Amino acid sequence: MGIELKNITKRFGDTLALNNINLNFDQPKIYGLLGNNGAGKTTMLNIISNRIFPDSGEVIVDDEQALDNDCALNKIFMLSEKNLYPDGMKVERAFEEAANFYQNFQMDQALEMAKQFGLKTRKKINTLSTGYTSIFKLIVALNVNTPYLLLDEPVLGLDAQHRDLFYKLLLEKYANNPQTIIISTHLIAEVASLIEHTIIIREGKILRDMPSEELLSGGYTISGPASLVNEYIIGKQVITQNTLGGLKTACIAGQPDPVPLPENLELGKLNLQDYFIQLMNKEDSDHE
Amino acid sequence: MLINFDDDRPIFIQIAEMLQDSILSGAYPEESQIPSITEFAVSCKINPATALKGINILVDEGLIYKKRGLGMFVSQGAQEKLRAKRKESFYLDYIVPLLQEAARLGLDKQDLQSMLERGYTDYGN
Repeated sequence: MGIELKNITKRFGDTLALNNINLNFDQPKIYGLLGNNGAGKTTMLNIISNRIFPDSGEVIVDDEQALDNDCALNKIFMLSEKNLYPDGMKVERAFEEAANFYQNFQMDQALEMAKQFGLKTRKKINTLSTGYTSIFKLIVALNVNTPYLLLDEPVLGLDAQHRDLFYKLLLEKYANNPQTIIISTHLIAEVASLIEHTIIIREGKILRDMPSEELLSGGYTISGPASLVNEYIIGKQVITQNTLGGLKTACIAGQPDPVPLPENLELGKLNLQDYFIQLMNKEDSDHE
Repeated sequence: MLINFDDDRPIFIQIAEMLQDSILSGAYPEESQIPSITEFAVSCKINPATALKGINILVDEGLIYKKRGLGMFVSQGAQEKLRAKRKESFYLDYIVPLLQEAARLGLDKQDLQSMLERGYTDYGN
């Protein structure tokens, strides 16, 4: 069961967008696909949902080849920036279309969510503001009830209040009826507490693919007077370090020693966004 | 309910503490039903698995119990149990850090004693 990517490679001209990707989405979990702009997130999701084709490799959905396989593809819904609805179609009509196409579409819930967001269902889709176009697409995505839901940058253009509402509706949906959800985003802090499994992609390559908790327990921060920090980090694997005057903070891989910390040093945990930024900085400097 | 994501402690620990605080304060009285995993997850915007992990700490401590098909309830005697536990950890949680900070500031035993006196005068009991 699940979605499996095997040796997926995709080029656009000279750019290697995906470089031999192998991934498994085999549990009903919320997966986070994190990467900077241009890392290959959207390309990967487009390939999973059969919108574009890989140069080599294959996508397997529930043990079946996904390529041009309607049965497999009906299990996947992808939300993306692209608008796939005809100009001039009204929101309510688009909901009906979605219901025709996706058997398990929940019309009553979609209309209820439209009300909560203040989306006017009588309006034509192409007359909606940027924010409400996103909201319209999110509501469809949250109600198609396919086993696999791909959300590509789901909160683009949404204000803080609507983002909050979206995350809550998503969690409610997921808690009541777990499905495999893949959220691609570069807004890491906002999704950090939602995602159970983290995948970090950079320049078409997978850098990390593991449970979020495991990822973050793989390191810690230590801060305090620079001289004390320098002493502490001797013999340890330092991910990054920065100083602010005499104050120094170092990110260290592994677990802190089980002995009391020297006085004036403070121990901290890694958060996902800091971890991500540090990993990217390290990669940048490795490539220089 | 708010989770402080800048807090250095893991989110599931914060959930467990928030629940313990709510039982101590009487917000969730003994034998009353507490919100569901879904409600915790949605209201705190965290993954349901994280919420479950936090709540299970209290289940393991016997502070809450599950009734099949009905939900989760605060155990009889949970408040007293929690109070006893907090008294036990009071020294480590408050006194030790207090002494460490005092040492950093160069406050001696006598300074602390007079501050304690002042605290009792200002805030009673």
